[in-house]
Amino acid sequence: MIRVALLLAVLILGSTFGEIAITYGMKATGEPARLRPREILAFLARALRNGWFWMGVPLMALSFYSLLVLLSWQPISFVIPASALSYVVGTLGAKYILREDVSPARWIGVVLVCAGVALVAAG
Amino acid sequence: MGHELRIRIKTLVMILAMVVCANVGDLMLKRGMTQIGAVEISAAGLRHAFVSTVTNGTIWIGIVFLVGFMVSYMTVLSWADYSYVMPAGAFGYALLTLLAVVVLHENVSPRRWVGVVLICVGVLLVGQTRPRTTEAMAREVAA
Repeated sequence: MIRVALLLAVLILGSTFGEIAITYGMKATGEPARLRPREILAFLARALRNGWFWMGVPLMALSFYSLLVLLSWQPISFVIPASALSYVVGTLGAKYILREDVSPARWIGVVLVCAGVALVAAG
Repeated sequence: MGHELRIRIKTLVMILAMVVCANVGDLMLKRGMTQIGAVEISAAGLRHAFVSTVTNGTIWIGIVFLVGFMVSYMTVLSWADYSYVMPAGAFGYALLTLLAVVVLHENVSPRRWVGVVLICVGVLLVGQTRPRTTEAMAREVAA
């Protein structure tokens, strides 16, 4: 039980910190001037030289690996609903680390999405 | 077109691209792995699975779509809030359930329908907030 909880924490925190690092890297890269193939390729080339991106990738890989191990221990109808908590944890990270302005409407939306994903995945 | 409206429209287009690419990609991987069959966990079994996956066209189509997902995800995060894109992307779960009913004629439990409704209401609530609430860090690079 403790190892399931620990791995679940690694799964959720890994994806949250990984995606926050990638978001930070993309914001630092700066958006493509236009959404045309050439500008997007130039954007990707800049993004791939960003250290924050490469910090995020192993964290997301760690999260994915925890997911695979958890799935080998517990049924998918437990693992995916439990991992839906990452919507709430991710929003906390967006607010306190990325300093995004999370309005009450956005908070209510996130909580509904989290509950909805849990119900859909539970089948 | 107003600046805010332009950001909103391009954010929604990119989220739609993300959701479609992720779902089609997963579907293709699933189809490809079904063609290959159950993987045996042994040195020979894993070697066989590796060779069969890298030579399977359906798997490659799936990989192309998943790369498309990653590219649209990275691109949209270069201007939009993480706390906007992440919940909005959950729309994919609702879409998958609708596809399962309409295309595959699967039976869906009442509990799952409640989940779909919660996701749709949640995504609509998040969707009407401002997609970007932080200042740009880097200057936009002119092409």
